Amino acid sequence: MNRLYLFFHKTGSPPWFYRFSGYLIPWLWVTFVVLTAIGLYLGLVRAPADYQQGESVRIMYLHVPAAWMSMMIYGLMAVWGFIALVWRIRIMEVLIISSAPVGAAFTIIALITGSLWGRPTWGTYWVWDARLTSELVLLFLYFGVIALYNAFDEPRKAARAASLMAIVGAINLPIIHYSVLWWNTLHQGSSIGSSGSSIHPSMLWPLLIMAIACKFFYGANLLSRSRLRLLRQDHRKRWVQELLSEES
Amino acid sequence: MSRQSAGTAFAALLRRDFLLAYRRRAELLQPLVFLLVVTTLFPLGVGPSPQLLANIAPGVIWISALLATVLSLDSLFRSDYEDGTLEQMVLSGQSLALIALSRTVAHWLVAGLPIVLLSPLLALWMNLPEEGMSILIKSLVIGTPVLSLIGAIGGALTVSLKRGGQLLSLLVFPLYVPLLILATSAVSSSVAGLPYTGQLGLMFAGLIAALTLAPFATAAALKLSLS
Repeated sequence: MNRLYLFFHKTGSPPWFYRFSGYLIPWLWVTFVVLTAIGLYLGLVRAPADYQQGESVRIMYLHVPAAWMSMMIYGLMAVWGFIALVWRIRIMEVLIISSAPVGAAFTIIALITGSLWGRPTWGTYWVWDARLTSELVLLFLYFGVIALYNAFDEPRKAARAASLMAIVGAINLPIIHYSVLWWNTLHQGSSIGSSGSSIHPSMLWPLLIMAIACKFFYGANLLSRSRLRLLRQDHRKRWVQELLSEES
Repeated sequence: MSRQSAGTAFAALLRRDFLLAYRRRAELLQPLVFLLVVTTLFPLGVGPSPQLLANIAPGVIWISALLATVLSLDSLFRSDYEDGTLEQMVLSGQSLALIALSRTVAHWLVAGLPIVLLSPLLALWMNLPEEGMSILIKSLVIGTPVLSLIGAIGGALTVSLKRGGQLLSLLVFPLYVPLLILATSAVSSSVAGLPYTGQLGLMFAGLIAALTLAPFATAAALKLSLS
């Protein structure tokens, strides 16, 4: 059998996924902790305070990566959902619903850190600015997916419904983003784009390290959640029984 | 059973839906009365100042229209699901997307179009300046089909749930955000004497996108609910 094909089938099988992710998770957590330590040290201690925003600029090292993650995870959920709907791979169904709480948490972190930063800088905790609003709508989209999943009794059906909702939401997300952007904007534009960055390296590095650390956090958290969910769904199946008798 | 052409099936479904709607006239009136009541609450809540009402009129009318639409969406597929008609439709061999589209068109004609027809009255109540009236109607003509099309996805997703109504609003309101922004901005711009064709054009683009994509999502959601 073709190697790639084999890998595809293996990853789709819950026992294999369980074993494989078990090896991976400790490394992901360690990398996350190390990167976060470096990123926070560089960001909170070494990086200079901003000449305009003062020390409050340091909240950016958490805020911006969290905002990036909130959008990336929703996009990934649509990808998992598409695979789950088209190829009926059960691992993907588990991945999508395990992603949703992590994504929602990052969205909430981005909103809270943003409003804490907004108070000294803009003089208010909340404004109906484009980015804040689209982030809030994104949070509602996450809540929708989670609520829809919980409304069904049967996990596989629930996951497929959540997948469809995630895809519909992901198609709408850019439309929501641009319509809101055009509606009202106060937020500063992106400092980092495809054409390079306008941030000084001493501030850029901790930001990027934190962004990568967040991705490792997502990976570790996602796999841990998925393993738990798989165990709970399959607790009567043989592989789980064997696993339990092995460990005891 | 011979297989009918897509056009015949579409027309037959529409005819059936109209007949059903006609026999359940009282049920159809509920969202419209709701629309009137909600719009009445705004002047009572914010005060009767004509200038204030004129400022918020586009938003109030559009939000009331959103609420009224969502109220009627819950029953879009429910009775067909409960008595097994939906299963027969899936088994009929016709494209499920076509069936979904036909249900959506029927929904717009019995729930969306009356909102458009009532809107001049609402505009009058909310003291909307006359320049905005025609644009309000245009925005509703373009926008309410999008509400039905996107809402049908939510209705199909929640049809097998016992209490899908609340969930339905949580699912579809975030998706209505762009439409609400564009529509109210078009009306406000026209009142202020600013150009508004851009907003209407974008709404029309949204209508075309929803018309081509939403029936397939609705069909997928229906299949999922029946599985």
